[in-house]
Amino acid sequence: MNRTKKNRLNDSLFKYFGILNTLLGLIMLAVFIFIILQTGLSRLSWDFITSLPSRFPEKAGIYTALIGTFWMLALTIIFSVTLGVSAGIYLEEYARKGFFSRMLEINISNLVGVPSVIYGILGLALFNRYLGLGGSLLAGSFTLSLLIIPVIIVTTRESLKAVPRTIKEAAYALGATRWQAISRQLLPAASGSIVTGIILALARAIGEAAPLIVVGALVYVPFIPNSPLDDYTLLPIQIFNWTSRPQPEFQVNASAGIIVLLFLTFVLNGISIYLRNKWQKKVKW
Amino acid sequence: MRRTKEKVIEKLLAASGLMTILTTAGILVILIYESSRFFIDVSIWEFLTGTEWTPLFSKKEFGIWPLLSATFLTSLIALLVALPVGLSIAIYLNEYANRNFRKTVKPMLEVLASVPTVVYGFFALTIVTPFLQQFIPGLAGFNSLSPGIVMGIMIIPMISSLSEDALFAVPRTLRDASYGMGATRFQTVFRVLIPSASSGIIVSVILAVSRAIGETMIVAIAAGQQPNFTFNPLVPVETITTYIVQVSLGDVPRDSLEYRTIFAAGMVLFLLTFVMNNISLWLKRKYHRQYE
Repeated sequence: MNRTKKNRLNDSLFKYFGILNTLLGLIMLAVFIFIILQTGLSRLSWDFITSLPSRFPEKAGIYTALIGTFWMLALTIIFSVTLGVSAGIYLEEYARKGFFSRMLEINISNLVGVPSVIYGILGLALFNRYLGLGGSLLAGSFTLSLLIIPVIIVTTRESLKAVPRTIKEAAYALGATRWQAISRQLLPAASGSIVTGIILALARAIGEAAPLIVVGALVYVPFIPNSPLDDYTLLPIQIFNWTSRPQPEFQVNASAGIIVLLFLTFVLNGISIYLRNKWQKKVKW
Repeated sequence: MRRTKEKVIEKLLAASGLMTILTTAGILVILIYESSRFFIDVSIWEFLTGTEWTPLFSKKEFGIWPLLSATFLTSLIALLVALPVGLSIAIYLNEYANRNFRKTVKPMLEVLASVPTVVYGFFALTIVTPFLQQFIPGLAGFNSLSPGIVMGIMIIPMISSLSEDALFAVPRTLRDASYGMGATRFQTVFRVLIPSASSGIIVSVILAVSRAIGETMIVAIAAGQQPNFTFNPLVPVETITTYIVQVSLGDVPRDSLEYRTIFAAGMVLFLLTFVMNNISLWLKRKYHRQYE
């Protein structure tokens, strides 16, 4: 075999190697999900969703965990969207290019890379103990908000950047103040992609367990939370708890819980993809 | 009136921006304060050189190495899985695949990163470990091999998408020159593109490892809770992150020495990821400048 042939062979071999690798991860995930469905689907029922946790695997359900997850999501949306979008607007539209804004930028890039469990430690010391919130929903949602605010800031800035300058300049030309231009022109124009980014961040937040365990979320809560100051548990934490038990029946429960969690995650991801496509079609600058 | 309103709004927005600085300051202050209280009782030297970690036992040893070795080992296994796979995906999508294939596959790969980590942990413990035990007889029920592999699958999209950006940023002229010399795609990729995109690829690797080091639930579920100073991937170990979760779940008395260990361990974890993230940020700025 001469060199040219050998080179051609390498080339086509690598092509198949590439396809194989591209599909490898996806196939593995598909196999995993198939096995989960196989073990968990039979356990999934309305009873499973509306039952309180229990020592007996066949009686246990995810009711408290599910309600806790919804509470957590709602509170986190309130805090993280307000602060994240405001900070994003400030950095993109107000902050002068200088030392301060450069610092903020480096700082945010760094915060995105901080492991989630470190945010848990921050929340434990700051919210759980110094503010005396204990293992409440409020302490947990503050922590989770801090975790996703950097992501929301980055999305907000990129969305605002994508709006053409001409729109802003037209608003100024008509005598709008800075805030009027932002609130009536830029934000509506950027809202689609901001919302997409927020939903993606929430899809990530809904699966977080580690930081919230550290802040003080409980593993076993026999009641549903009624106020932000109540103790709570979450779906991922409930799954973690069942997974770490030796009895095989609890593994089945964990599988069923995972089906619900994956469903929620994929629905959120799906909504964001749908919004993104719709948005991209509608708006062409 | 209008002007005051404008000013107030600007101040409010700036305050939100300042919040991010306060978050960083909060993390630093808490980690430094609480771990300095820890280091009053335990010498830093013992902490940094000791190879026994038994703060929860009656005979207490505070050497960080068992936790560090487990953290490095699981991350290394993840990288060994994710780097070849992720890089080949990046090359394939950039140089070989047609546009439609790329457009369908890229969002699908992102799904791998969106699966909650506790779900990956469950996969590692109940599917991958039993599967591997059929081939590797010495594999314990908890080990670093299978969570490492699963973590590798999780970080594939991180490596593939960042490396793809780096490959994409290589100027057309270099590529054309290589093809003009009669090189195949394979030769162009390995002799021209990868060397020119190397800093971008290194950035993707550093970020992926940093992500793996900070990953918690996968290792907490599937790698065990036994601090072992070992690089044997077949036995139970305990990573830094697992230890933090373990203490948080247990009933360790507040303000005790045991309790403060999580801040010292957290400090080590924070420093590791902080250094890696900043090296990658610095490299990224450098290679962006290179082609401008």
